[in-house]
Amino acid sequence: MTALHVDPATETRWDVTEEDIRRALDSVFDPELDEPITDLGFVRSLKVQAGVDGARVEVHLRLPTSFCSPNFAYLMASDSKDVISALPTVTQVVLELDDHHDSDLINAGVAADAGYRGTFLHEAEDSLDELRWTFRRKAHTAAMERCLTELLRANASLVETEMGTIRLWDLPAGRNKEALLRRRSALGLPEAADSIVLVNHEGHTYPPDAIPMALRRARSTRISIDGNAHFCRGLLRTRYEGSGADQSARPDGAEPADHHELLPLIVKEIHP
Amino acid sequence: MYSKDGENYFIVDAHIALWDARRENQRNIHGKQFIDCFYDYHRNLSPDAEQWTYEEFLYQGGERLMKDLFEDGYVDHAIFQPAYLGAFYDNGFAQVEEAYGLAAANPGKLTYNHCYDPRDGEAGLDRLRADHEKMGFKGVKLYTAEWHGESRGYKLSDPWSYRYFEECRKLGIKNIHIHKGPTVRPLDRDAFDVADVDHAASDFTDLNFVVEHVGLPRLEDFCWIATQEPNVHGGLAVAMPFMHTRPRYFAQIIGELIYWIGEDRIQFSSDYAIWTPRWLIERFVDFQIPEDMTEYAPLTTAQKKKILGLNAAKMYDIPVPAELQLPDADETKTGPRQPERADLAGVR
Repeated sequence: MTALHVDPATETRWDVTEEDIRRALDSVFDPELDEPITDLGFVRSLKVQAGVDGARVEVHLRLPTSFCSPNFAYLMASDSKDVISALPTVTQVVLELDDHHDSDLINAGVAADAGYRGTFLHEAEDSLDELRWTFRRKAHTAAMERCLTELLRANASLVETEMGTIRLWDLPAGRNKEALLRRRSALGLPEAADSIVLVNHEGHTYPPDAIPMALRRARSTRISIDGNAHFCRGLLRTRYEGSGADQSARPDGAEPADHHELLPLIVKEIHP
Repeated sequence: MYSKDGENYFIVDAHIALWDARRENQRNIHGKQFIDCFYDYHRNLSPDAEQWTYEEFLYQGGERLMKDLFEDGYVDHAIFQPAYLGAFYDNGFAQVEEAYGLAAANPGKLTYNHCYDPRDGEAGLDRLRADHEKMGFKGVKLYTAEWHGESRGYKLSDPWSYRYFEECRKLGIKNIHIHKGPTVRPLDRDAFDVADVDHAASDFTDLNFVVEHVGLPRLEDFCWIATQEPNVHGGLAVAMPFMHTRPRYFAQIIGELIYWIGEDRIQFSSDYAIWTPRWLIERFVDFQIPEDMTEYAPLTTAQKKKILGLNAAKMYDIPVPAELQLPDADETKTGPRQPERADLAGVR
């Protein structure tokens, strides 16, 4: 709930709360891990105060290591500033990335609204759009694989080569399907119920003999994203004591050591 | 050598370092940030009993290295893979002279690989020739995110990278170990992308390209290029310790590697001193793919023996006792290996 705030000393009025800021930051994603920075625990602190003619918001971000990729770090910092600046009555945003090898560079660039090229100068060539698209495609590939593997495991009669005929209406309702629809939407792929599930990022289907390979490649992408997401969360918890409390559980790729989901670990017997 | 249940394993630790990250050697804040990042890796992925203090982690020295690897760690042979990091440490991060001296004093146990930076141009080529004449190495370690003046990264497909590969070819340096880092120019693209390795491996088919960390965090990109290029190999540095905290993820990494590149091109490494080999070897020999992961066949003892030492020994001509040797698998040169053993459809 928002309420009108008045600073008695300055009589400045604003109606944005810390909760509003946090909800706005829910829409900022780590492009590589395909998760909101709020779920990952990357928001270190946020503060709303009286500013000039409105609210002054100060947000600090933190990352799992000092050597996380500077291009991703910049994207998250500048996206965060953009969504907060767009909130009504916010007139000043201080957005800082803490403890990163490029903190000085990125914070100065974000403060000056210098843009990607203005921030990284000779190290930038064009834009980070292609980088975003690369990871949107990977996120779609992983979401697609989760759905198809879920279906394969649940139906013993299905064979891999027939997976190219599965349509969205064949998928059971649930978080995997919802996630896939979101990723399809991000790529501009059709979301109609009769759409084929197994497609590349341009919506092209696969001939039957190419399907096992397409599924295997998609699987390696899903494993990679899940593995990175959990490793990054773990590193953040190691680096910043108590930061685990700011992270939400990630069921995809969860392991027994993650506590929030107790999976059995039974190993295979070798039958030569 | 490690022995368990009547099986003997010849161990080659294919990625170790002798570093000095002590405060007096840190050139700037980045020297501290770099070793802190490594220390967090160490703390996050090690079992409690294997964790070192921060002071221990900053510097080990040759004596401790020899003890951790060869007295306590079952290692038969280890290979230095130096990362110089001159922009972060006054005397470099990897202690090149000390490591070379240690290898020269223990030739049966240690192999010294060198490092170079293609951005050093002609002068660097002269130095590479001189260094090679003195040290006679067969391999080099390249860190593509090394900072160098205005530049904070390079690609293996850059023209100067190719000049250096041509020189490696002439000198008989045949093993190129690659470690991808977060920065590369331009920053527009994913710095961990391994497409440049694909280019170099296609154009220098007589050189071996060992991608360290099996391409992590881009396992999928690595598997895809490695399955097509028979001279691309995978080093398990950083991947190994996931056995402890994330055994299911580790099982998937190994399962994918066996499928895409086969059992003859995967090399064990502890990434010493981030981790120590003893516990990694013990656990890997005991490790098995979880039963519910029907998409992967169980790991065989022969596969473990190859990964733990035989594959790297073959690449570096390290003598292996005849009774411990194994023949290569009968696998295709390119494309998925053993698809019938590692396939969802195949298990039904």
